[in-house]
Amino acid sequence: MSNEWPLWEVFIRGQHGLSHRHVGSLHAPDADMAIKNARDVYTRRNEGVSIWVVEARHIAATAPGDKGPLFEPSESKVYRHPTFFDIPDEVGHM
Amino acid sequence: MYAQMIKTARSGVKTREEMTEQERAFQDKIDADIKIEPRDWMPDDYRATLIRQIGQHAHSEVVGQLPEGNWITRAPTLERKAILLAKVQDEAGHGLYLYSAAETLGESRDELVRLLHEGRMKYSSIFNYPTLNWADIGAVGWLVDGAAIVNQVALQRTSYGPYARAMVRICKEESFHARQGYHAMMKMALGSPEQRKMAQDALNRLWFPAMMMFGPHDSESTHSEQSMAWKIKVKSNDELRQQFVDQTIPQIEYLGLELPEPGIKWNEDRGHYDFSDPDWSEFMDVLRGNGPCNVDRMNARRKAWDDGEWVRDGLLEHARKKAARAVAAE
Ligand SMILES: [Fe+2]
Ligand SMILES: [Fe+2]
Repeated sequence: MSNEWPLWEVFIRGQHGLSHRHVGSLHAPDADMAIKNARDVYTRRNEGVSIWVVEARHIAATAPGDKGPLFEPSESKVYRHPTFFDIPDEVGHM
Repeated sequence: MYAQMIKTARSGVKTREEMTEQERAFQDKIDADIKIEPRDWMPDDYRATLIRQIGQHAHSEVVGQLPEGNWITRAPTLERKAILLAKVQDEAGHGLYLYSAAETLGESRDELVRLLHEGRMKYSSIFNYPTLNWADIGAVGWLVDGAAIVNQVALQRTSYGPYARAMVRICKEESFHARQGYHAMMKMALGSPEQRKMAQDALNRLWFPAMMMFGPHDSESTHSEQSMAWKIKVKSNDELRQQFVDQTIPQIEYLGLELPEPGIKWNEDRGHYDFSDPDWSEFMDVLRGNGPCNVDRMNARRKAWDDGEWVRDGLLEHARKKAARAVAAE
């Protein structure tokens, strides 16, 4: 009989106004407890100012096998980068 | 180490010719230091070995709270008490990070805990030794966490992504553990003659058990070859042990304590300290369950699990009811 608490993924915003970042996981019976536990485990040394928790089963993800078709096409599109364009020095900073 | 004598499901390493196409691609990724992530393809033995190793490591973090927890209420000052409490709380977190890493391989935390409680999984031999007095608490932070750091720093480069990332987090916290232990030892070793005697005694008693943490000699550890090829293990037992001895001897000297055993001598040719073997039959005996505290540790773990059951179940039931009410209200 499984009475295991569900798994939650924890995201923390650091001190510097950055986006929330995945820091780890934990088990908790509900969202409130997940946040309390995340606070106790993942912000013990001033690591954050805000916490998100998401139950792990709600996260959709790409499959490792799709890596090629999804991400390789952008490799050849060098013109999407500013360094692709040679702008003469006389123009000044751009 | 925190994971000792981990058996790989198979012995010997497959040659490239013996590997399937998939296995070859997997080994190439490992050789190129590309991390393996949870949903990537991996050989069954890689997965099984990792679950055993990470699981045992997690159990060690949790059981490791017991010898130190024993002294929280008897710490000599309020400050030492707060420090020790924080340290022991960190270890609970380490257990969590590691169980989480094991769970990404498809084994639930409750299942790992069940295997431990049924005696089918182990934890590090070191935690079957008692902490008899306050000096032992200093010595544990200094030597046991010190030895753990040597191992865990190496494991930051392990091939499995979630395990490596858990190690990075853990290592950040471990240096606090070692330093607070050494600081407590400094107080004792540089204190009154009685304190100094206690510090020396703690060092003497814990030295060999700390040596044993790294596991048997490389020549005896038959299963590590595959683990090294897969970078589940990054450095060999003997390499790690030597590194620990070399870094610890100067620390002993600074404390002005005597070396814990007569075999420790600087070897000019090797550029390393020589040292004596621990009693390997004692090590094997402790692993078999006959150390001074094996029974106590397992009883304490099972009791904590059983006593907590009504809380776990009650909170889950409450969460279910709350969710059902929220749905009904919509
Ligand atoms: Fe730890
Ligand atoms: Fe520690």
